[in-house]
Amino acid sequence: MNDFLSTYQAALVLLVVAMLAHEPLRWMGLYLGRRVAADSEIFVWVRAVATALVAALVMRLLLFPAGELAHIGLEIRIGSVLGGIAVYFAARRNLAAGVGGAAVLLILADFFMK
Amino acid sequence: MRENRRSHQLAAFGSGLLGTFSIPGLILFASAAGFGALARDAGMSLFNTVFMMGIFFALPAQVVMMDQLARGGSIMAGTFAVALTAIRLLPMTVALMPLIKEERTNWRQVVAVHFIAVTAWIEGMRRLPSRPAALRLSYFIGLGTGFVLATLVGAALGFLIAGSVPPILSAALLFLTPIYFFLSLVATARSSVDFLALTFGTMLGPVFYVLVPGFDLLLGGLVGGTLAFVAGRYQKKLWEPGKE
Repeated sequence: MNDFLSTYQAALVLLVVAMLAHEPLRWMGLYLGRRVAADSEIFVWVRAVATALVAALVMRLLLFPAGELAHIGLEIRIGSVLGGIAVYFAARRNLAAGVGGAAVLLILADFFMK
Repeated sequence: MRENRRSHQLAAFGSGLLGTFSIPGLILFASAAGFGALARDAGMSLFNTVFMMGIFFALPAQVVMMDQLARGGSIMAGTFAVALTAIRLLPMTVALMPLIKEERTNWRQVVAVHFIAVTAWIEGMRRLPSRPAALRLSYFIGLGTGFVLATLVGAALGFLIAGSVPPILSAALLFLTPIYFFLSLVATARSSVDFLALTFGTMLGPVFYVLVPGFDLLLGGLVGGTLAFVAGRYQKKLWEPGKE
């Protein structure tokens, strides 16, 4: 944790990063969307890289969490995620049920295992 | 005639805006609250939290960049990781474009693509086809505006309550983001390449985090995604030998 993130300089850095590295991909999509097929090989690869990256981010947030989540045992975090996935499929691929189920499991597990 | 078209567009915008009050809108609101809580933990100010939510409007990029800065990691590596997460938005935008196409590229489309992130994209793909073609762009802008407003309020609320609710609720709020990301990936995965990428990223991410902290997301994405792509292609060749 550091103080930088609460400063106006940080807001400026975030704005620059957003406008140089984030938003242009949306503009490019707008431009390319008029001519390129969405199912071409390059997009399959791009999609795969992006998916793997977000999956890695999920694991980072779960295994090496910050803040209050770090006080919850690893086995409870992992168990709740697996439970949430199970609820998601049991509720016929319902996103709200899966996310809500995982959060409820986390709270219950923490309550009963203390 | 022209007046009539305007009022139809306005009505479509309005019904898109109302679309915020839905289950996906609620999840988005809750995960924005989770982001707000995370941001407070990371040392962000309230202004920067809400500002970041608005200019990125894509939680993976926000969490990557914030986490990177909070851990004192390199800004360059963070920017690369952000660009990598943003690459997801490119095929999404391309895929949505046929639905919001107009004769000429115009500023309304530039506004519309800012709303493209997992949730708005899924909802756009789901809801737009049944709407009249001429009103789809207006509807989508309405829906996107509503979603953005929901996340701004959600992020601010999450930030403000993070310190005053029982620790277990803060933990649950922080927990919403990863589970929502993961299930969204599962929900939008279509091909075996997508599922392989999900699996490889999950396995490689922690390994790279331990070995090369700071570059774990970049490497997890590139190595995991490329492996998935190659494996998917190889599998395709085995199954469809004549179709090269």
